[in-house]
Amino acid sequence: MKSFEYTITDPVGIHARPAGILVKEIKKYASTVTVSKGEKEVNALKLMALMGMGIKQGDTVKVTIEGADEDVAAAAIEEFFKANL
Amino acid sequence: MILIQGKGVSNGVAIGPLYYYQRAKATITRYEVADAEAEWNRFKDAQAKAIEQLGELAEKAREEAGDEAALLFETHQMMAEDMEYEEAIQTAIQDTLLNAEAAVTDTAAQFAEMFAAMEDPYFQARAADVKDVSSRIIAALTGVVQGGINSPVPVILAADDLAPSETVQLDKSKILGFVTEGGSGSSHTAILARTMGIPAIIGVGDQLKPEYEGKEVIIDGGTGNVTIDADEDAKAHLLKKMEEQQKMREMLEALKGQPNETLDGQKIKVYCNIGGPDDVPAVLSNDAGGVGLFRSEFLYLNCDDFPSEDVQFEAYKKVLADMGGREVVIRTLDIGADKQIGYFNLPKEENPALGNRALRICLNRPEIFHTQLRALFRASAFGRLGIMFPMVTSVWEVKEAKKMCDRVRDELTKEGIPFSEDVEIGIMIETPAAVLMSDRLAKEVDFFSCGTNDLTQYTLACDRQNADLGRFYNPHHPAVLRALKMVCDNAHKNGVWVGICGELGADLELTETFLSIGIDELSVSPRSVLPLRQKIRETDVSQVKEKLLADLLSDENTI
Repeated sequence: MKSFEYTITDPVGIHARPAGILVKEIKKYASTVTVSKGEKEVNALKLMALMGMGIKQGDTVKVTIEGADEDVAAAAIEEFFKANL
Repeated sequence: MILIQGKGVSNGVAIGPLYYYQRAKATITRYEVADAEAEWNRFKDAQAKAIEQLGELAEKAREEAGDEAALLFETHQMMAEDMEYEEAIQTAIQDTLLNAEAAVTDTAAQFAEMFAAMEDPYFQARAADVKDVSSRIIAALTGVVQGGINSPVPVILAADDLAPSETVQLDKSKILGFVTEGGSGSSHTAILARTMGIPAIIGVGDQLKPEYEGKEVIIDGGTGNVTIDADEDAKAHLLKKMEEQQKMREMLEALKGQPNETLDGQKIKVYCNIGGPDDVPAVLSNDAGGVGLFRSEFLYLNCDDFPSEDVQFEAYKKVLADMGGREVVIRTLDIGADKQIGYFNLPKEENPALGNRALRICLNRPEIFHTQLRALFRASAFGRLGIMFPMVTSVWEVKEAKKMCDRVRDELTKEGIPFSEDVEIGIMIETPAAVLMSDRLAKEVDFFSCGTNDLTQYTLACDRQNADLGRFYNPHHPAVLRALKMVCDNAHKNGVWVGICGELGADLELTETFLSIGIDELSVSPRSVLPLRQKIRETDVSQVKEKLLADLLSDENTI
C-alpha cells in the first residue's frame, strides 16, 4: 500500500473537470485508489462521491493506492494531483 | 404597454416576438419489472445513447461557444458514466425490481439533493447537471425527444428555466434573447447567454403570462426590463440603445484578450475597483487583470453592528476564489469623513476630512482592525491577496499596522488555520505627507496605490464636495501630477509597484502622462477597462514622454 498527502491549491477545489480526468487516469491502473479527508473516505473512481466530499482549496487530502501496480500508479497519481489540483 | 422587471444577467437589447419553450415532459410511471437483467440492459443502452449525444453536443458547443461551453457536456458525460451513479441505479433495478425510468429519477433526486446541500455555490449548481443528465437518459429510455423552436422568425425565448443541454440544442439563429422565470446569475443559461453575447433576463417569476406569447417584446439585459407591446417612445429609445451597444460592443469585443501594451512595447496592468462580490462578474467579463481596489466598507455599511470575522471572511474568500488566482487588493476599513456609520459611535468632528478616519480609526480601535485582518489572512488561502491601508501619513502607522498583521499570522499559525505566505502589503498614497515620505514608506511595503480623489483634495487644500470650488479642484493640476511622479520615482528605486485607484486612473486625457511617469497599474471601474486598453494600445510613449515630463517640471505649466 502506498499513500501521500496533498494540499489542494485549485481555487475551486476538487471540481468536476479534474475529478473526471482523475477517474480516467485511475482507470489505467489495476490498483484501488481512495481519497480521504478527515473521517470521510471515497473510492476515487466514484466521480460524484468524490465531488460530494466538497474538498476545497487549502484542504489536505490523503490519497491511498493499493494493488499490484501500486508503485507506478502512486507516482503517476501524485504527479496528476500536483499538475491539476 | 406592459413592463416587467427581472434581473439582467447578460447585457444587450433585443426585440422580437415572445416564444415559450416547448418542453416535452416525459411522464414517469413506476412499475415492477419481471426481468431485472433485461431492464438493466435497457438502462445501459439508454446510457450509451446519452453519452454519445453528449459527445456530439460537446463538439457543437465547442464550435459555437468555445472550450468552456464544451466542458459542460464533457462533465455531463462523466456524470452519466459515473460508477457511483450507475451503482445506485443498478441497485434500484436489481434489488427492488424498479423500472429503469423510475430508478434513474430516484437516483437523480438523491444526487441532486447531495449537491444542493453543499456549502459552495459551485457544487450547489451541479445539482442541475445531475438532473439534466438524468432527463437525457430518461428521454432515451422513453423515446420522447426534447422540444425546440417551431417559429419561422427569430424569437425572444421564454421558459421557466433552461437546462444547459436545452440551450445548446436550440437553433441559435432563431434566438434573440432569453427570459426565464427562475434561474441565477451563475446558472448555465446566464453563462451561455453571455458567452454568445445574447441578452438574458432571469427571475421574472409569474409576471410573464402565457397570453403574452407572440406579442412583440423588447428586453434590456442591462436594466432587466422586459417591455411588452412598447409604445413608440419607449421603442425608439430602446432601439437606439441597441444600435449604440452593438457598435460599442464590436469595437470593445475585439480588445478582449489583447495585452495592455503601448505601440512601443510598454506594459501596464489594468485592474478594477469593486465594492463587493457581486461586482466580480463585470470584472471578468471586461477582461480585467485583477482587482486593484476592493472597498471593504460595504460590509460595514450594510448592517447594524460590526460584521463578524466569518461574514467578512466569506465575502473576501468569494472574491478571491471567483477571481481565480488573479490578484485582488482589498483596502482595509476606510470610514470617517464623508462615510459615517452609526454603530461606530464616532463623535462629531469640526473637520472630518482631517479627522479620525480610515487607518486612524483602525489603529485607535485595534479590536475592529484585528477582526478584519484575521478575516483577510484566512481568505488569503483562496487566491492572490494584497492588503492595502488607507490614509497613511507616517512611517510609524505602517509599522504598527504591519505589527498587527504579524500578530494575526502568529495566531493563525498557532490555531492551524491556513493562510498564504505571499500576501502583499501596500498603502494608499492620498496625503501630501505620504507623497513627501514615499522614499521611506517604500521600504515598508510591496506596493503603493494612489487615491487621486483625496490626494487632489489634500494637495490642493480644496474640498471636493464643495460645489463652489469647482474650478479650484483640478485633478490635472501639476502639483498632483508632480506628486504622482515623485511617488513613482521613489517606489521604483525601492522595487515597489505603483497603481492609481482614483477616478483619475480612467481619465484618458492622462493615460499618456501615467505611462510616461511609469505607473505600473491603473484600477478603474469595470466598464472603463476596455476603453482604457484601447487608449494604451494607441499610445507611443517614446513619442510623448519627453515633452510630458518636461511640461510637468516647466515653470510655464502653472495651469
